[in-house]
Amino acid sequence: MVAATIEPVPAPEPKAKSMSIIVTKGTLDWAYPPFILSTTAAAMGLDVTMFFTFYGLPLLLKNLDLHLSPLGNPAMKMPLGGMHMGMPNFASVIPGIDAAATTMMKNMMKKKGVASIQDLRSLAIESGVRMIACQMTMDLFEYSLKDMIEGPELGGAATYIEVATQSDINLFI
Amino acid sequence: MADQTLDAKGLNCPLPILRAKKALQSLKPGSTLEVLATDPGAVKDFEAFCRTTGHELVESSTEGKIYRFILRRKA
Repeated sequence: MVAATIEPVPAPEPKAKSMSIIVTKGTLDWAYPPFILSTTAAAMGLDVTMFFTFYGLPLLLKNLDLHLSPLGNPAMKMPLGGMHMGMPNFASVIPGIDAAATTMMKNMMKKKGVASIQDLRSLAIESGVRMIACQMTMDLFEYSLKDMIEGPELGGAATYIEVATQSDINLFI
Repeated sequence: MADQTLDAKGLNCPLPILRAKKALQSLKPGSTLEVLATDPGAVKDFEAFCRTTGHELVESSTEGKIYRFILRRKA
């Protein structure tokens, strides 16, 4: 009989929790939730993956040019002299109204200490958030990786689904 | 006295948490970080941050409009 010495197996490192986000919107306001959540989750120790598709894809461009429009958004009300003012839909067809709303929002964000999307995006990259650019959207809207920040990889639906099956939290924004 | 102080006054969600995380990384395990903030949401957020990451929230207090947190980096 051979006595085998059994080496104690060290307990595996507990796997970090993980989160994935599908980013589908690229207006100034809608760019915030995915980047706020990804940077915060990364800061809390989660492995984070962001999948940029359709109108979310331009959020990876080197030159971010973010706008917002009050059109079709009756919930958008800006603080004004202690009140809140919405904008009727027809106002959006007036040239310059969307630009004015964008400027107003950017000024408000600066005043209230809200980070810029550029800053949050840099923080996300710095903290190791994995970014996947949707190949199909790249083709559809004729974007090139050359125009994008460094870091994103290309992938498709299957790439995302594989990530999603391994993530504790999956969000669609 | 905390080993390091982070002034996050005037910053809004999620910046106080992100800056605190960065500052904690530069500290030795067991060292403490004082965070000063004006974002009222930071009170709940630092509690959740510490519960999730394992850093210890040693103190959470308010002086006027300033929120003060003491975090101890986990070992």
